[in-house]
Amino acid sequence: MGHTLNGAFKLGIGMALVAATLGTSQAADDKIKVGFMLPYTGTYASLGNAITNGFKQFVAEQGGKLGGREIEYYTVDDESDPAKATENANKLVKRDKVDLLVGTVHSGVALAMAKVARENKTLLIVPNAGADEITGPLCAPNVFRSSFSAWQPSYAMGQLMAQKGLKKVVTLTWKYSFGQQSVDGFKEAFEKSGGKVVKDMTLPFPNVEFQPFLTEIAALKPDAVFVFFAGAGAAKFVKDYAAAGLNRSVPLYGPGFLTDGNLDAMGEAGKGLQTTLHYADGLDNKKDPAFRLGYAKTYKMQPDVYAVQGYDAAQLYNAGLKAAGGDAGKQAEVIKGMESARIDSPRGAFTLSKAHNPVQDIYLREVQGGQNKVISIAAKGLADPARGCKM
Amino acid sequence: MDFASILIQTLNSLQYGLLLFLVASGLTLVFGIMGIINLAHGSFYMIGAYLAFVLTSVTGSLFTAILLGIPLTFAIGALLEWALFSHLYKRDHLEQVLLTYGLILIFEELRSLLVGDEVHGVDIPALFSASIPLSDVLSYPVYRLVISAVCIVLALGLYFLIQRTRLGMMIRAGNHDRSMVEALGININMIYRVVFALGFALAALAGMLAAPISSVFPNMGSHVLIISFVIVVIGGIGSVWGALIAALVIGFADTFGKVLLPDFSGMVVYLVMAAVLLWRPEGILKKG
Repeated sequence: MGHTLNGAFKLGIGMALVAATLGTSQAADDKIKVGFMLPYTGTYASLGNAITNGFKQFVAEQGGKLGGREIEYYTVDDESDPAKATENANKLVKRDKVDLLVGTVHSGVALAMAKVARENKTLLIVPNAGADEITGPLCAPNVFRSSFSAWQPSYAMGQLMAQKGLKKVVTLTWKYSFGQQSVDGFKEAFEKSGGKVVKDMTLPFPNVEFQPFLTEIAALKPDAVFVFFAGAGAAKFVKDYAAAGLNRSVPLYGPGFLTDGNLDAMGEAGKGLQTTLHYADGLDNKKDPAFRLGYAKTYKMQPDVYAVQGYDAAQLYNAGLKAAGGDAGKQAEVIKGMESARIDSPRGAFTLSKAHNPVQDIYLREVQGGQNKVISIAAKGLADPARGCKM
Repeated sequence: MDFASILIQTLNSLQYGLLLFLVASGLTLVFGIMGIINLAHGSFYMIGAYLAFVLTSVTGSLFTAILLGIPLTFAIGALLEWALFSHLYKRDHLEQVLLTYGLILIFEELRSLLVGDEVHGVDIPALFSASIPLSDVLSYPVYRLVISAVCIVLALGLYFLIQRTRLGMMIRAGNHDRSMVEALGININMIYRVVFALGFALAALAGMLAAPISSVFPNMGSHVLIISFVIVVIGGIGSVWGALIAALVIGFADTFGKVLLPDFSGMVVYLVMAAVLLWRPEGILKKG
C-alpha cells in the first residue's frame, strides 16, 4: 500500500486518488482479516505453530474460506513476552485492522490481548492460555476461548481422586498464577468430596530443584501427590520423583500438561502416570481420526492438543460468520452465532458457557507406549464456574 | 522437621551446592580469574547438555559422549577465544557484555536449527542408575552422588591448578598486570586461550553431567547463568575455594528456604547474597 501510494505521488494527485479508492474498495473486497498473535520463537514456538496449522487446516477443509469468505492472514510473533503484548496486539488491531484476533499461548500475554480487544471491540479467540480470568473477571462479549480454563482439568482431577478413596494429599506447583489456579481448582473439588490437602507446597518459577520437596513428601507420607508442572520442568519432576522411589508408594497425579509433549524426555519414569485433560490419544469419536489423518498428511507430523485448539478456533469463527451471512462487520450477529454454536471438535463436541469458555468433557488419560491414552471421562460436560464474570 | 528429615535435607543441600559449584566453576575461571564478563556461560552449559544428548544418541553411552565432548568443547572454546574474545581484553566491560549477549542469541538459534525446540531426556548410565534407600519410602539416586564426587575432584583440581602450578601462577599474574607478564616474555595470549577453553569445557562438562537429571531443553542456559554469577560474586571474585563455599551456602539456603520459608523461597538466595555482601563487600574469600 505504501509502495502504491509512493508511485502514485510521482504520477500526480489524480492518480493518487485513484489508488486510494482502489485501496479502500480492495479492503471491502471481501477478504476477512485474521490476525495471529502467537509465539513463533522461543520455548512455545512449537505450540504457536501447531495452533496456526490447526486453524489453517480447518480453513483449507472449507476450501480456503470461512463463512463463504476468503481469508487473509496477518501474523505477529508475540515472543511470549507480556511486556510487548499490548504493542503487538495493537499492531494487528490498529495497524492491520483485523476482523479476528487469535492468540495466544502465554497467559500473561493473553490477558493483555484481552484488554486491547475489549477496548477496541475487536473479536478475540484465545486458542490456549488457560488463565481463569479471561473467562472470569475479564470476560467480555467479544472475547472467546477455544481451549480450557486452568480450573477445568484440575477440578476434574480433584473429583476423581476423591472417588478413588484418597484422603490425604500434598500439592506442589510453581508459584505463579496458572499453577495456583490449578491447585485451587483441584482443592475445591477434592475437599468438597471429603478429601484433605495436608500441605500446599510451591517453588519459584522456573526453579527445578525438587529434592527438598521430595524429602518433605516422604516425611508426610500422603495418599497421593497432585502437581502442576509443564514442559521440561515436568519431565524433570517426574524423573526425580521416580528416582527418589516415591512412585512406588505415593501415586502422582496432575493436569495433563504434566505429560504433554515431553514423554520422550521422561522415558520409563513417565509410564502409567494418570492425568486429566480435554484431549487424549485414542479418543472414540468420528472427528478425531479424520482430523489426525488430515493434519498428518498436510504437515507431516502428528497433531497435539494445541493443534486441536487452533482448529476449533477456526470452527468457532466459521460458525459466527455463517450466522452473520459472511459479514464480519455485523459483530453482534457473529458473536451470537459463536455463542450458540455446537463445535464438532476432535476432542469431542462442545458448546460454550455464558462466559465463552468451552463446556467440555475432561478425560482421564494414562501414559502407555509413549502416548496419553484415554481411560475414561473424568468429568462430563464440565463448565468453568466463571467466577467474577458479569455478563 | 524430625532429625532424619534434617539429615536428608542436609544431604540435599550438599548435593545441590556441589552441583552449583560444578556449573559455576567455568565462570570462576573466565570471569573470576580472567576478568571477562561472560554472559554466554549459560549457553556453554546448554551446548554441553545438547552435546551429551546428541552424542549419547549416536554412541549409545554417556561416558563416550563425555569423553568426546570434553576435547570438542575445549577446541570450540579455543576457537572462540581466538576469533572473538582475544580482541576484547583491552576493551570495556560493556563491549564484552554486548558480544557475549549476542553469542547467547546465536547459540540458541543454532540449537533451534540443529536439534529443534523439543524437550529431550538423556538416560542415566546403567552403572549408576540404582538408588540407595534412605527411609521406607525415600531413596537417593546414586547418579547424584557420583556428580557430587566429580564436583569435589574438580574443585581440588582447579585449586591445585590455580594455586600450585606454574600455569596457575602465570594466569594469576596475567590477571594483575597483563603487559608486565608479556614483557617478562610469557606468551600470555596462549595462556588466556587455554584458560578460556578450559572454562568453556568446564561449563559444557557441567551441562553434560547434569543432562540426565535436568533434561535438555531450550533456554536451559539462562537458568544457570544468574545463579553462577551469584556464586562467583559472593565467593569472592577469583577464588576457587570461595566459589565452592558460596555454592554450598546457596545450596543450604535454597534447600532449607524451600522447606522452612516456602512463601519466600524465591528470595532466600538473594537475601543471603545481600547479607554476605554487606558483611564482606568483596565476597567471602577475596583473593588479592
